[in-house]
Amino acid sequence: MTQQGVRWTTDQVLALAPDAASRKAGSKLGAAGPWSETGSSDEGAVWGLCRGSGAGSYRTVVDVADGSAPAYTCSCPSRKFPCKHALGLLLLWSDGEESVPARAEAQAPDWAERWLAARRGRTREERGTDARGSEAGPADPEAVRRRAERRAERITAGATELEQRLADLLRSGLATAEQAGYGLWEETAARMVDAQAPGLASRVRELGAIPGSGPGWPVRLLEECALLHLLDQGWLHREHLPEALAATVRTRVGLTRPPDGTPLRDDWLVLAQYDVVDPKLTTRRIWLHGLASGRTALVLSYGAAGRAPELNLPVGLTLDAEVSAYPGAGQRRGALGEQFAPPAPTAVRPVGVTTAEAAARYGSALRDDPWLESVPVTLDGVVPTPDGSSWQLAEADGDTALPLTPSATAGPGCGVWSPSRGVRPSPSSASAATAASLP
Amino acid sequence: MTATGTPSASWEDLVAVALLGTDRRAPSGVAPGRSAPSALLDAAAAETVRRRAGLRPGRAAPRPEPAPEDPRPALPAAAARRLARLLADRPGTGGGGRRGTAPDLMELLPQWLAAANARGFAAPAATLPALLDAARGRTDLRPAALEFAGPRALWLARLNPDWRFALRSTPGGGTALPGPEETGRIEKLWQEGLFAERVALLAGIRSRDPDAARALLESTWPTERAEDRLMFLDSLRTGLGPRDEPFLEQALADRSRNVRSTAAELLSALPGSALAARMAVRAAACVAVDHTRDAPTIVVEAPHECDAGMERDGVVSKAPPGRGERSWWLGQLVESAPLASWPARLGGRTPEEILALPVADDWTGELHAAWCRAAVRQRDADWSRALLGVPSAPEAGGPGAVSLAERAKLLSTLSSGERAGWVAGFIATHGLSEAFQLLGVCAVPWAAPLGRAVLDALNIARDAGSYPWSFSGVMGLAERCLDPAEATRLDGLLAVPEEPEDASPGAGGYWAEAFQRLGTTLRLRAVMSEELGAVRDTAG
Repeated sequence: MTQQGVRWTTDQVLALAPDAASRKAGSKLGAAGPWSETGSSDEGAVWGLCRGSGAGSYRTVVDVADGSAPAYTCSCPSRKFPCKHALGLLLLWSDGEESVPARAEAQAPDWAERWLAARRGRTREERGTDARGSEAGPADPEAVRRRAERRAERITAGATELEQRLADLLRSGLATAEQAGYGLWEETAARMVDAQAPGLASRVRELGAIPGSGPGWPVRLLEECALLHLLDQGWLHREHLPEALAATVRTRVGLTRPPDGTPLRDDWLVLAQYDVVDPKLTTRRIWLHGLASGRTALVLSYGAAGRAPELNLPVGLTLDAEVSAYPGAGQRRGALGEQFAPPAPTAVRPVGVTTAEAAARYGSALRDDPWLESVPVTLDGVVPTPDGSSWQLAEADGDTALPLTPSATAGPGCGVWSPSRGVRPSPSSASAATAASLP
Repeated sequence: MTATGTPSASWEDLVAVALLGTDRRAPSGVAPGRSAPSALLDAAAAETVRRRAGLRPGRAAPRPEPAPEDPRPALPAAAARRLARLLADRPGTGGGGRRGTAPDLMELLPQWLAAANARGFAAPAATLPALLDAARGRTDLRPAALEFAGPRALWLARLNPDWRFALRSTPGGGTALPGPEETGRIEKLWQEGLFAERVALLAGIRSRDPDAARALLESTWPTERAEDRLMFLDSLRTGLGPRDEPFLEQALADRSRNVRSTAAELLSALPGSALAARMAVRAAACVAVDHTRDAPTIVVEAPHECDAGMERDGVVSKAPPGRGERSWWLGQLVESAPLASWPARLGGRTPEEILALPVADDWTGELHAAWCRAAVRQRDADWSRALLGVPSAPEAGGPGAVSLAERAKLLSTLSSGERAGWVAGFIATHGLSEAFQLLGVCAVPWAAPLGRAVLDALNIARDAGSYPWSFSGVMGLAERCLDPAEATRLDGLLAVPEEPEDASPGAGGYWAEAFQRLGTTLRLRAVMSEELGAVRDTAG
């Protein structure tokens, strides 16, 4: 489970910070001044005493044995997690041997050793329970089947009603949608929530915003109505669809199933990690690229409002782990299974494609999933180019370009391309990004 | 983003029907009636997916020009990491409050930039955005940050409106100033450039070749506007010398009063100039030693009128409200007269002896204040030393008329070693409460005696039981200016002392914290300069 004595990079440590204030406070503590009795073990434990503002010192211990989910303990009263002391200690540790010397875990101070021993024991236990838990099936298969059937019936009723609404709209014309405004769609979306079809509900809610979205809205509204109609029809005729496409329809409608693909072990390169913040929930989207398989997977991790999601995979590192795919054709989403080693730095980058190939890749991905909105691509040999008030990624030796989303201001690297919004780049390793931004 | 080929007629048709509604218009090839909307949606769905699958990249806009090369050597890896840390410490995120024991990283950035610039390193490309952001937030950082960021930062700044300031702060929007041999370009920029570009050009040439700059200015002098003349004249302060005298003498007859008085001020800073000699005669007529009294005494007879000759030499005849005309004129004569003329006039006495003479009729303050201004203007170390006096004297030696600000100015005329020694003596006697302004003019890092004096004074302040934030200004300066070698001397100060009975509650703990922060900062500075491969800069 451990990689002997590999220290993290500063970026890797700072990515753990729950917010900007913690990052700043942690940076300040990442200097030798307040620290004493520091040490780190080959097993991935780091400990130290941090002199606080009063007379006492805080005891800080971090366990990074499991690289993607480090554990912390600190005697300070902070409710931030990890606290600034843990961040500062890790920053100090990332500086190298002179700052935090390597020691055997047995030589750790008592307070650190006790926590580490308890933790190591518990982790082993949890692993044992997990293994047993997955073997035990649901309690009553018959009841589960009946519940699923009842839900499918509700969704069918919802889809039928939605088809009716769409037909009414087309009969009286899209022009009327401009006057009807938001309320009509909000009400329909609420009906879809009642029908337990959250996928349909969110699509309906988005329809409401289109009439106010500027020039060309009728085209966009017709497109979205048509795709919604396609999804309704897909659901109503799912028995006649190939199994993979039927699974995609189920997922799009909002019936999530646990991942059922065979776990694929690979060296997964972390292409991008970004948080989508919502008042109630923070969703962290992590894009992984299998170096051997060439597959790209999306791993989601959730955090309650104001808390950083637990899973943290710094961009540019590789992870030796298993990923299993969720059901459905063209499904990118995967679940991270067992990790065999903590993330390690690598110089390997996925092979990039041209802008034309990127567009073609989206086109062929639509074959598996016609509702697909975006596709991950790695572009090679492109120059960020100002185009009026927006930006585009232009071929260095061609005359084609893909537009960038307005919010994208970071350097290019690997990005997610969506035809309606453009490329959303995520800064990959610094050197790759700058090579492109400073041609 | 463009769809394949020309937009198909059927898609246009579908949109038109959808807008109007199937009740009003039947889609082509679909029977009107109940099933029409559904058929329309079927066709639209197929068309939507077809259109999306056929999307192609759009046309590329003209590519930006490649960034210029930065020929300077790359930063050592450790220094690059340090820079990233310093830049990550942005102000405004921590929310004020107490400062704790951790060093203030942002405050160390100016020092780091100065050291990196002195060694001539190139900024890592990836740090350019953060450097530009930092320089945007703090104008005092701009010159050093932009110098370090180099030509590529200016290239980058042209692509982001937030960084426009970088183009403004650099003359010519990032194009380098012409070199000394490019006479054609100099001439063109001087004749046609914007005002800010011309000021920068003149200042640049003046620092290389003072005579050439004056000649350039003379070539267009009569045609310049009055406010421009004033600014240009001001840039002659750099490298002012006797060869500027004819030009300045001519400017004394300028149409603008401000230009005239600036020219007079510059001339009076040249003790060998004709104006200085005229002023010396006038001033000498007002000040004399009276030997008829018990002890030799200076007597002052202030001028009775401000004649045309005085006005031509820059004397302002109208006194500010609340000041007597005659003392106002006297002050101007004495501050413009060369200090070197006084020993001969006043019986061959040294500056110290002259300042020790009593002055009749309460003219002491007026006379000594004028000599202070003259010493600063003429950068006369002997007179400055005499005016400052012994630092341990009850009122710091100098005459009562010398304010702290004036003392700081007088100090700046002394050598850095002498300056540090005087301030150290001042702190040893008078403590830190008045020292902030004086410390500001001392060379960084502080010389050993000065550093020791500051630490001792802080220690005394702690023992006196006051809170450390009464000294936060000096503490902050010490963090930035104390020689890192002094860090070891702090070790004894880190412990929380036992509180004396009359001390402010909890002060001991706060002092230990403040000293800890000082020590941490000093060690960090030592590491920083090692990372940059700097030779340990010696005090002085």
